[in-house]
Amino acid sequence: MDDVKPFIYPGDDGSKLKPGSRYENFIGGDWTKPKTGNYFENISPTSGKVICEIPRSNADDVNLALDAAHKAAPGWGKTGPAERSNILLKIADVIEQNAEKLSLAETLDNGKPIREPMAADIPLTVDHFRYFAGAIRAQEGTIGNIDGMQSGGGNSAQGMMAYHYPEPLGVVGQIIPWNFPILMAAWKLAPALAAGNAVVLKPAEQTPYSICVLMELIADLLPPGVVNVVQGYGVEAGKPLASSNRVKKIGFTGETTTGRLILQYASENLIPVTLELGGKSPNIFFKDIMNGGDEYLSRCVEGFLHAYFNQGEVCTCPSRAVVHEDIYEPFMEMVKKRVSVLNCGDPFDLNTQVGAQASSEQFDKIMSYLDVGKQEGASVIFGGEKRQMDGAYSNGYYVEPTAFKGDNSMRIFQEEIFGPVVSVTTFKDEAEAISIANDTLYGLGAGVWSKDANICYRMGRAIEAGRVWVNCYHSYPAHAAFGGYKNSGIGRETHKMMLNHYQQTKNVLVSYAEVPDGFF
Amino acid sequence: MIKRVLSTKKTDDLINELSKIHGLLVFHQSGGCCDGSSPMCFPRSEFRVGSRDIYLGNIGSQPFFMSEDQFEYWKHTQLIIDVVDGKGGMFSLEGPTGKRFLTRSRVYEENEINELLKNPPQIASNLSNIEGLKTTVN
Repeated sequence: MDDVKPFIYPGDDGSKLKPGSRYENFIGGDWTKPKTGNYFENISPTSGKVICEIPRSNADDVNLALDAAHKAAPGWGKTGPAERSNILLKIADVIEQNAEKLSLAETLDNGKPIREPMAADIPLTVDHFRYFAGAIRAQEGTIGNIDGMQSGGGNSAQGMMAYHYPEPLGVVGQIIPWNFPILMAAWKLAPALAAGNAVVLKPAEQTPYSICVLMELIADLLPPGVVNVVQGYGVEAGKPLASSNRVKKIGFTGETTTGRLILQYASENLIPVTLELGGKSPNIFFKDIMNGGDEYLSRCVEGFLHAYFNQGEVCTCPSRAVVHEDIYEPFMEMVKKRVSVLNCGDPFDLNTQVGAQASSEQFDKIMSYLDVGKQEGASVIFGGEKRQMDGAYSNGYYVEPTAFKGDNSMRIFQEEIFGPVVSVTTFKDEAEAISIANDTLYGLGAGVWSKDANICYRMGRAIEAGRVWVNCYHSYPAHAAFGGYKNSGIGRETHKMMLNHYQQTKNVLVSYAEVPDGFF
Repeated sequence: MIKRVLSTKKTDDLINELSKIHGLLVFHQSGGCCDGSSPMCFPRSEFRVGSRDIYLGNIGSQPFFMSEDQFEYWKHTQLIIDVVDGKGGMFSLEGPTGKRFLTRSRVYEENEINELLKNPPQIASNLSNIEGLKTTVN
């Protein structure tokens, strides 16, 4: 891939993506100006340059979107699964055909190196729409035969049948994070739409642009009002959506305090909520990996480096490496060597492996944690500083891939830094590995590296996390449930069980008795 | 007495600005992904503080809380709430100002930790002197 030229920066002469100067909310199938006429500037973290203007919406715009969604929901909810499934398949096709364009938009908006959306974000988005298109076709209600098959005589329990129909909730609200703007929208949109709901979606204000590119591509595939996108600040546009009494459910990915506030609002409206609130995922390397052969060992080293995927801005970032003490030195030598040849260049170059942090405040937060780690007495194995880029990218937000050596009681082992920072510690035996792995408030992801099937099994079951990767990491195929234990949240995404979170069960209980019960 | 949470001049100014618009405020230290690890600022009349949340003190005369389990991992550090440029912060009130509150930290010296141990912090349900605080009273 060395010969491939970098993509031209979007908007520059000859570039394949030309962002508009201003975008609007997408409401009822139309691009709609915010009622106040206010916009904010959206900055690319790759360069610090303005991409476009984005509506600064408020409760009035949210209500307009809810009007559109409520108008659309009854009709959409009554469509057959085949029709909805076909629409999701068409959406997947269009996304697949425009993978390069959407990837450019994602890199521009979020800062991730372009090979990531090309290889992960966009193909996984396609996969999720196709998966839920299939899942809804295969979904069936159930029939329960309560007591006996005969009809006609007896009491009402005889010949009684319980019919269970999965029905949509109606209008749902979704609040999307900024780390995978399109993919996280897809995780929430695909099951909600498959289940027959109309959606009002609020993108993160840090990354509002790429979803506009997506909506431009798929707008004509959906009936008006089935998907509505309202842009703006969390407190001005997200909060009126989360607290609205006109949504039947809220799906949220974010952090714990806002998760609590969303549950608080939901308690006022008695609606369900799914939450994905992050983690501090342990990545555990057992002693036997050193005897697994060169290729396997190389895979394990790569497993450590998964912490730098998406600049560490992943809820399941393997940000705690837990390495057996006997192999610590040789293993970390191999990690260091691999990190030293990481390509941290132009985010629009397909060879680049580490890009920009998503925003200036995220950069500042990561820097504050590098400071905490040093104060706590953790030693810097490598990195630990700001990464200064040249030329057009000199004002972007870049951090060196970093590893600290320390112990699990340190804050850098306990808090989601959401940056390219791994905190490394050692363990003596399996019991200590489990103890370290579970000594955390969170339980979203974990990694186990060993060729001993029994170790893998025991660890997989003992770690208190919703997803344990064994001899792999950062795979997010649809069809494998994803969600948190402990403070990491409520609900399971990327699996057909997410349909249940977007549906309610209608039970029709029918008696085929033809004589009185005799009660009265 | 050693303070568990401090604010910078910029923070005091921003709190002042926000309290003129929104009245009494409350801070809650978040955790987890995305905007996690950020201090969130809400109208005091709106955010329900957990009854077992730890009260760390006031900044700009507004109370600052953190969940009890999170405090266990944070208690060896003093929090210094600063302000940086940026947007976001979910439902935190400063989002639209183009500024964000940011938690910086200082690891306590050993003698400070000893003194802090003698003065354990209070949980929210035991507080009676914070006007307008919403929490569950057991």
